[in-house]
Amino acid sequence: MDLSKTFDKALWVFHMNSGSCNACDIEIVAAITPRYDAERFGIKLVGSPRHADVLLFTGPVTTKMKDRVLRVYEQTPNPKVVLIIGNCGDTTGVFFDSYAIEGPIDTLLPEDAHIIYVNGCPVRPENIINGVKEAWIYLEKLRGDDK
Amino acid sequence: MSREKDTTYEVPIGPIHPALKEPFLIKFKLKGEEIVDAEPFPGMNHRGIEFMGMHRNPMEVIPLSERICGICSIVHQHMFTTATEHALSIEPTNRARYIRTIMCELERIHSHILWAGVAAHEIGFDTHLHFTWKIREKVMDLLEYIAGNRVNYSMWTFGGVRRDITEEMYPKIFETLEYYENLYEKLEEIFLEDPSIKLRTRGVGVLTKKDALELCGVGPTVRASGVKKDVRIDQPYAAYGDLDLDYVIPSRYGFENKGDVFCKTVVRLKELLQSVDIIKKCVEQMPEGEITSEPKKAALLNKLGKSAGEGIGRIEAPRGEAIHYVRLSEERDDVDCWKIRASTYNNLSTYAPMFMGEQIADIPLIAASIDPCIGCMDRAEIIDINRGEVQSYTKEELHELSVKKTKQITKGGVE
Repeated sequence: MDLSKTFDKALWVFHMNSGSCNACDIEIVAAITPRYDAERFGIKLVGSPRHADVLLFTGPVTTKMKDRVLRVYEQTPNPKVVLIIGNCGDTTGVFFDSYAIEGPIDTLLPEDAHIIYVNGCPVRPENIINGVKEAWIYLEKLRGDDK
Repeated sequence: MSREKDTTYEVPIGPIHPALKEPFLIKFKLKGEEIVDAEPFPGMNHRGIEFMGMHRNPMEVIPLSERICGICSIVHQHMFTTATEHALSIEPTNRARYIRTIMCELERIHSHILWAGVAAHEIGFDTHLHFTWKIREKVMDLLEYIAGNRVNYSMWTFGGVRRDITEEMYPKIFETLEYYENLYEKLEEIFLEDPSIKLRTRGVGVLTKKDALELCGVGPTVRASGVKKDVRIDQPYAAYGDLDLDYVIPSRYGFENKGDVFCKTVVRLKELLQSVDIIKKCVEQMPEGEITSEPKKAALLNKLGKSAGEGIGRIEAPRGEAIHYVRLSEERDDVDCWKIRASTYNNLSTYAPMFMGEQIADIPLIAASIDPCIGCMDRAEIIDINRGEVQSYTKEELHELSVKKTKQITKGGVE
């Protein structure tokens, strides 16, 4: 699949909280504000999954949010990369034995979804930028050799 | 059908939000642009934490309790720890009390600065968002320096704390406090004197003193209405009893206690300064001694499993008073009962009078004004009940509306 040249400059990111504790969410915002300034690489938080190339999922997926997680995933245009931010999205972490948790997120998403795990509780902003970088490398590889 | 009913719209807002807040749903009833009713629907973020806590022993619950909220992680672990200490009659050491106070106030500083940035973003001043988040990194650095992590510090244990604040840390603490003292004037200039911000915040989202009392609001939300309510003074915990504190209400600083968004900003900014003072005093008066009264983990765990009792932990969180109730029984090693009441829960009911009569463009700002731990505006739908048509507002469009309003009211230059 060929991507447009805009990928060389900008990667748009949609953040979705599926019932997390806010810590990772705050660190995501910290990553785009001046100290870490991910926007200088063209990484930008957008308000709609339809605009996004990369999905950031935080949280262990609560029962009420399960359908919404899947809907947001479907609404994002291909090609897309899913970034699972934080330990609870990866393994449900400290919430493992709860009755209200449907996660971890990777068990809910389709099998062909490209998932990158960013671990930490909470994740550090540097680690988030690193995760988005990996997503970028994956998306650019899709363009093939004509770059 | 009456004429009034013809023009009423329902706007569900939530539960997905792109940037900051947790999943949450509010339904608004609108008459044209004017909000006539607001009803919150929580539960999107229900993780069953109390249930999980009741299947773990108290030691294991401490890391769980701080993951209730990533912004007030100290608050929740403090409450759980003090409630259990209360149940088992464990006394924390004096030095631990001071260290706890310092950590609580550092968290208040980062939470209030974070709030100021969010409020500026909702009004449409993203420069201020980036400015406030830049200065917030300084206190995050200090928290990381003391506790070893930017968020979720795991500092508390029964009977004290797990990490000491030693003398070589003092210079860095004082340097950070000085940084905020020097910056404070600039913050005040931005948020209290800027004419455009004043136009958007003054008289918007008013909570009267009567409503504040009747709806049992807590924290800066009701202090802005002139209600003198602060657990740190009413029922001192940790080292607050040794300090000379006063209620931060706007009338103390020459403002009227109107309860609008402007007053809430005043309260939060002044509390920032108050926190700096508290930390300074705590560091100066820090007593010598052990940091925990229960240094032996195995003995402590044994004691926790075999004793019974019930206790309450109260705290003045950055968002207001919050309470944990803990009961332990002799039969079970696990926590027998655990009940949490966080401050946002009380403050949600204050939304109704604050939204009443305001415009759609003011929704983001008023929703942010209570500093909700949950609160979500990604997707709003306006449903025309009569025609059955659905008109969607994304969070971005709502934000656009808010920014447009700022531009409109400052049209032709600001005096």
